[in-house]
Amino acid sequence: MNYQLLYFASLRDAAGRVEETVASQARDPRTLYTELAARYGFNPTNTHLRVAVNSAFAMWDHALADGDEVAFLPPVSGG
Amino acid sequence: MSGSAPRAMDGCLRDFQMHTSVFTLSYSPIDAAALRRGIEGLGIGAAVVFEGRVRDHNDGRIVLGLVYQAYAELAKAEGARIMDEARERFAIERAVCVHRTGELALGELAVWVGVCAAHRDAAFAACRYVIDEVKVRVPIWKREHYADGDAEWLHPAD
Repeated sequence: MNYQLLYFASLRDAAGRVEETVASQARDPRTLYTELAARYGFNPTNTHLRVAVNSAFAMWDHALADGDEVAFLPPVSGG
Repeated sequence: MSGSAPRAMDGCLRDFQMHTSVFTLSYSPIDAAALRRGIEGLGIGAAVVFEGRVRDHNDGRIVLGLVYQAYAELAKAEGARIMDEARERFAIERAVCVHRTGELALGELAVWVGVCAAHRDAAFAACRYVIDEVKVRVPIWKREHYADGDAEWLHPAD
């Protein structure tokens, strides 16, 4: 399936891109993150991150659909 | 996240007149005076404003400036939830929060929260609630630039 990925903050710097479309066999964010961590050198553990699917917070075992927009969110620091 | 700067503030003010609670992002400088006019009213006995500003030091390092990056769609949705929660929990009339994105200089307003109510207890509590929740829940990230030439994203839970 194809996913539209968005990157923010330190993950954006590590990936060297703002967004991209990836083809992946992953069916949930947890598996997808593991693939991306290997590709871009992200921290392989995801316990410090949240995940969003189609601009809404989601669970790590959320069932992804073709064309979903997925973002892995580092700890926030607004305010 | 992109979009023209003046439009962002105009949109905020327009939204503010139509709704009793508003959260928005602004790529342009925050006009605190204009926002403050939005929390006036004859039934208002208390207005509490919090202004978060860019500080020249953090964690022992000299800060020269910073950048805020936001996941705009989700930030606006989560921010709106926080404002709704504030309205449910506290006896307030209106609440508004505007958070900057983009590059900010020292002393600039980073975030503005204004709450008005009939009485001060609710206004203080709601203002505190909004800024505390925004800081931990809304997907906005800060990158500080330091005097030693270094720059880094702050990810506080790391």
